[in-house]
Amino acid sequence: MVEALTIVLAVALTRGWHSVRYGIGAALLALAAVVALLGPALTLLPLATLRVIVGFLLLSFGLQWLRKAILRSAGYLPMHDEAKIFEREVAETRAHAAAQGSMDWYAFTLSFKGVFLEGLEVAFVVVTFGAAHDDFALMIGAALAALIVVTIVGVIVHRPLSRVPENTMKFGVGLMLTTFGTFWGSEGAGATWPGGDAAILVILLAYTAIAFGLVAWLRGRLPSAELALGEAA
Amino acid sequence: MSWLRRFASFWWDFVIGDDWRLAIGGAIALGATGFFAHRGAAAWWITPVVVLTLLVATLVRVKPRGS
Repeated sequence: MVEALTIVLAVALTRGWHSVRYGIGAALLALAAVVALLGPALTLLPLATLRVIVGFLLLSFGLQWLRKAILRSAGYLPMHDEAKIFEREVAETRAHAAAQGSMDWYAFTLSFKGVFLEGLEVAFVVVTFGAAHDDFALMIGAALAALIVVTIVGVIVHRPLSRVPENTMKFGVGLMLTTFGTFWGSEGAGATWPGGDAAILVILLAYTAIAFGLVAWLRGRLPSAELALGEAA
Repeated sequence: MSWLRRFASFWWDFVIGDDWRLAIGGAIALGATGFFAHRGAAAWWITPVVVLTLLVATLVRVKPRGS
């Protein structure tokens, strides 16, 4: 959501809000359609099958996020710099020819793609968690609350949210997705967890400890100059 | 045909991501869990062990930027 806000602000502040508003609206409608179509379709499956599918998707998605977050924290990948991305987007948008007519299709497409592609990750989490827990209302409510918070903050500060600790958040989300993917996937496949639902906390703690251990180990392998550079970034 | 390829490639990138080994490993872990669980064995530990092994395996050979 933070990345989507960066793109939208860069386009809107350079080319005006008119077409950007349509782009955001169309993307939100497309995302609502994705949730409305995929959510009920998933709930038609038997619970065990559903949990294996959801578990696999969460594992796959969560591990990708976690791996990237570990690499960023260890200094192997550059941190997401919203201010830099904002400047690049503004430069690219300015370089494009000015809009002809009332509808600026360049601004529309850019804002649509930004909101839709970034929002798809959120829609995916809403659909999988909602289906596995059989509570779509709660998941949609939580996603909308996050959207409202990001929008309000964006409107107030009117600049990219470069101070949001995005990697820390992605680290946490990656750990949570991997944990729930492990728990639901194994349960759906027929395993019985010792301690029932309490196992979720144990898995989360174990994954967190290993992830921090990996960050420390990877940082130890970095040349000291590079480490200082990563910390300064 | 090209839009179909682009569509498939988008979903591949979205679900499988940069390292396909993580997705394949996750599927194998859940498959092995199901295999042993349905034969009455305690299989809860399989997925966490495979997940952690995968994570370590995909990070061990990573090189620092610029090296």
